[in-house]
Amino acid sequence: MTDLARSLANISQAEAGPKRKRLALVASKGTLDAAYPPLILATTAASLGWEVGIYFTFYGLDILHKDRYQKLKMASLANPAGPIRLPNLIGAIPGATAAATKVMKRWMKRSRMPDVTEFIEMAQGLDVTFFACATTMGVMGVEEGDLIAGCDIAGAARFLDYAADADVQLFV
Amino acid sequence: MTQTNEIGDIQVAEVLDTSGLLCPLPVYKAALVLKKLEPGDVLELTCTDPGSLEDIPALARQRRDVLLAVDDRGGVQKFWIEKGEGV
Repeated sequence: MTDLARSLANISQAEAGPKRKRLALVASKGTLDAAYPPLILATTAASLGWEVGIYFTFYGLDILHKDRYQKLKMASLANPAGPIRLPNLIGAIPGATAAATKVMKRWMKRSRMPDVTEFIEMAQGLDVTFFACATTMGVMGVEEGDLIAGCDIAGAARFLDYAADADVQLFV
Repeated sequence: MTQTNEIGDIQVAEVLDTSGLLCPLPVYKAALVLKKLEPGDVLELTCTDPGSLEDIPALARQRRDVLLAVDDRGGVQKFWIEKGEGV
């Protein structure tokens, strides 16, 4: 960089004011209840004026999967805090997961909370970056066309490069 | 619109009622309105989510808006937020 270019770059940086804050989230789980926290934090941070990126990895990639994100389920097994508190033996019977999912959806609706689809639209409207984990796609046989539009397919290094400049990094 | 409260008359550019809505909706909806306003414009915001008492000041701080006044009346909170130059 020439001295002139460098001083011009310094000037434009000074004019831009304080650096925008950045939130980097990892969404690693694909159950209905686990989809909400990253989407709530992302839409909130973006509302605060922050730059936000979510790295969807492993089961979390289902939240970006066109055929799956509207059908995320609530686990009835091994979840003592779930909407219906079932002993594991009962939670394992057919229909228990569907029942727990129904209760969770009813809770959210009654509280006038947006559903996953609406949260994704809200996040996209606020320019939240959706990173789709490239390794998960390879391991689980997910193609780019299987994902909702506008995802950024990224490896771990690409996401860490983004997260390294973040003010807040959280793993969900 | 002119609203009178404990700090005197405030010229309000926009009114938003988020009664009954939980986090993150009051913050999300307030931010959408603030984005459309001009710096110096005031948003009058009503919330019933108890978390809003801390959330809305945090929104104003992070967006670099100015929280002019808060009126907390047992379960219903009103905020007057002046849009800053920042975001």
